[in-house]
Amino acid sequence: MKLKTFLLGTCSALLLCGFANAETLTIATVNNGDMVRMQGLTEDFTTKNPDIQLEWVTLEENVLRERVTTDIATKGGQYDVMTIGTYEVPIWAKQNWLLPLDNLGADYDAADIIPAIAGGLSVDGKLFAAPFYGESSFIMYRKDLMEKAGLTMPDAPTWEFVADAARKMTDRTAEINGVCLRGKAGWGENMAFLTAMSNSFGARWFDEQWKPQFDQAEWKNTLQFYVDLMKDAGPVGASSNGFNENLALFQQGKCGMWIDATVAASFVSNPTDSMVADKVGYALAPDTGLGKRGNWLWAWSLAVPAGTQKAEAAQKFVSWATSKAYLELVASKEGWANVPPGTRSSLYANAEYQKAAPFAKMTLDSINSADPTKPTVKPVPYVGVQFVAIPEFQGLGTTVGQLFSAALAGQMTVDEALKQAQDVTTATMTEGGYIK
Amino acid sequence: MARAISTKRKAVFTVAAWIVALIIFFPILYTIITSFKSETEAIAGFNMIPSGTMESYGAVQDQYNYFKPFMNSVVLSVGSTILALLIAIPAAWSMAFSPTKRTKDILMWMLSTKMMPAVAVLFPMYLIFRNLGLLDSRIGLTVMLTMINLPIVVWMLYTYFREIPSEILEAARMDGASLWNEIIYVLTPMAVPGIASTMLLNIILAWNEAFWTIRLTATDAAPLTAFISSFSSPQGLFWAKLSAASTLAIAPILIMGWFSQKQLVRGLTFGAVK
Repeated sequence: MKLKTFLLGTCSALLLCGFANAETLTIATVNNGDMVRMQGLTEDFTTKNPDIQLEWVTLEENVLRERVTTDIATKGGQYDVMTIGTYEVPIWAKQNWLLPLDNLGADYDAADIIPAIAGGLSVDGKLFAAPFYGESSFIMYRKDLMEKAGLTMPDAPTWEFVADAARKMTDRTAEINGVCLRGKAGWGENMAFLTAMSNSFGARWFDEQWKPQFDQAEWKNTLQFYVDLMKDAGPVGASSNGFNENLALFQQGKCGMWIDATVAASFVSNPTDSMVADKVGYALAPDTGLGKRGNWLWAWSLAVPAGTQKAEAAQKFVSWATSKAYLELVASKEGWANVPPGTRSSLYANAEYQKAAPFAKMTLDSINSADPTKPTVKPVPYVGVQFVAIPEFQGLGTTVGQLFSAALAGQMTVDEALKQAQDVTTATMTEGGYIK
Repeated sequence: MARAISTKRKAVFTVAAWIVALIIFFPILYTIITSFKSETEAIAGFNMIPSGTMESYGAVQDQYNYFKPFMNSVVLSVGSTILALLIAIPAAWSMAFSPTKRTKDILMWMLSTKMMPAVAVLFPMYLIFRNLGLLDSRIGLTVMLTMINLPIVVWMLYTYFREIPSEILEAARMDGASLWNEIIYVLTPMAVPGIASTMLLNIILAWNEAFWTIRLTATDAAPLTAFISSFSSPQGLFWAKLSAASTLAIAPILIMGWFSQKQLVRGLTFGAVK
């Protein structure tokens, strides 16, 4: 009896010691389908790493940014791993807020990360965040409506073709809008789309001396084209539509074309949610023949803040979540179609993935055609395709987005919106010391 | 004749009250309706008749554990209310029964703190919490919620206490009651309706507080407000799941409000008619 009690006591003590030694990582993330799926699969990680426990903090995107920025700037140390995008990485890495990811393990194969994505997450050749899923933007279109309009979508169309097709596909009585584009104000909403679109029209946010360029003809051409097209072929109330609103419209068969994130392809082709799943075709984002397409580049990525006390465990987790083995794990549990896209070249060479995701090649081509270091036709002093990687951009992008959204809603003219955008951007850049 | 007019007027006021109540309640009602829709139905447009699916509740339960944030909400709202009452009852007694020429200024100053936008002090508060090791702690957040609601609690109690004749307290003193006995055994029982309604209102305010409870917590102290916000998604439909999470979060406080509405109304109208 005594021996039994002793053994039980010893086992309990050992168990308690085990729990006491376990490190708990706090991971801040957004509520995207791929992130939620990862939370469900973490048992694989904790089984392989019994000394590490995981706690999740899931937040709305803007609240997450605010929380993570506050925490990192004040060295609050609340998070050990954080989900951030390609906008934050270059800025935060330069501030020494992030740890370089140089301990991801021997079998991590960092060279397999798609070069365009790795470039957006690196500073001075060092990777500061590992991509969890990556995306560009492209055209999703209804093959049946295109055929009905007597047109054939080329793999790489021009804006002229898209506008013509959109006007021909529009059927107001049948509630079909030729094209659905973002109109909701926000640096990550309408300005992500419009900045990428403006690149294909040869526009840029700033010249080499950081002088705002909204007073140039390229921006006028971009915004006028967008407003006219949306007036003729866009949905009612488009100035309130972001990704989710347009997704719902497209899934209900109310859009002939939708130009948005490549990750949307898996939503619109899913027969459970989409009424048009078997009628969707894909094409590269349009251009105007100037050598740049209107597609963006983004990656939700995992980074380790400099203030963490658990850097080693944090890097272990980042390595697991962004590895090739994780993609295989998702495929084995939920099928290849649900694997987080846009991060690894090897995924796009996988025949099973290509079979499960008919949009795979177009996604890879779109990602590869975006260059954050040379986003537009003319030279620029900044990095970023659909954003400008400076701290001021978050506020500035949203302010300009509100003006452009107002122009779309008809509350002001294109010229007025551009004039005000030029004024507010000049004031901000002068205040920030960019313009001497 | 007079009786007929009175009945007519009463009917008009009743209908008007119902219309106003429905307008105020409508967002909550529509949230509950949306929680019984599929994601596609939820974003399809205005529709008061849901398909009745429970899939959003299932998804919410699968994704997060409801019990932990629920318990945090209970602890934070009840804890901050008790703490606020402990501070506010003596403060309101002092201002109601022993006023000075600065009492009105102090009351106005207390109220003025509610006029400042919370975000203005986000960084200083975050730094204080970090330095005191109070980030993501229930103690820290209880103190924070107490401070936020204290001006309203003091104001409400002050208003109730002023309705109590000071002669009764003087009589208690004449009978030899100490200060604490006077507050605990004479004043408090007389002001029970007022204290109860203040307590209920404070619990509701603390339960619904979303700015600080989302920003100063992570995993351990996160209440139901953080639980709700975690269902908003930048890429993917989420309205039905968000509505289901919101319904689960507001249900306890709605039920509490329903059962205590008599007490709440009696307290809020205390002293309104003389």
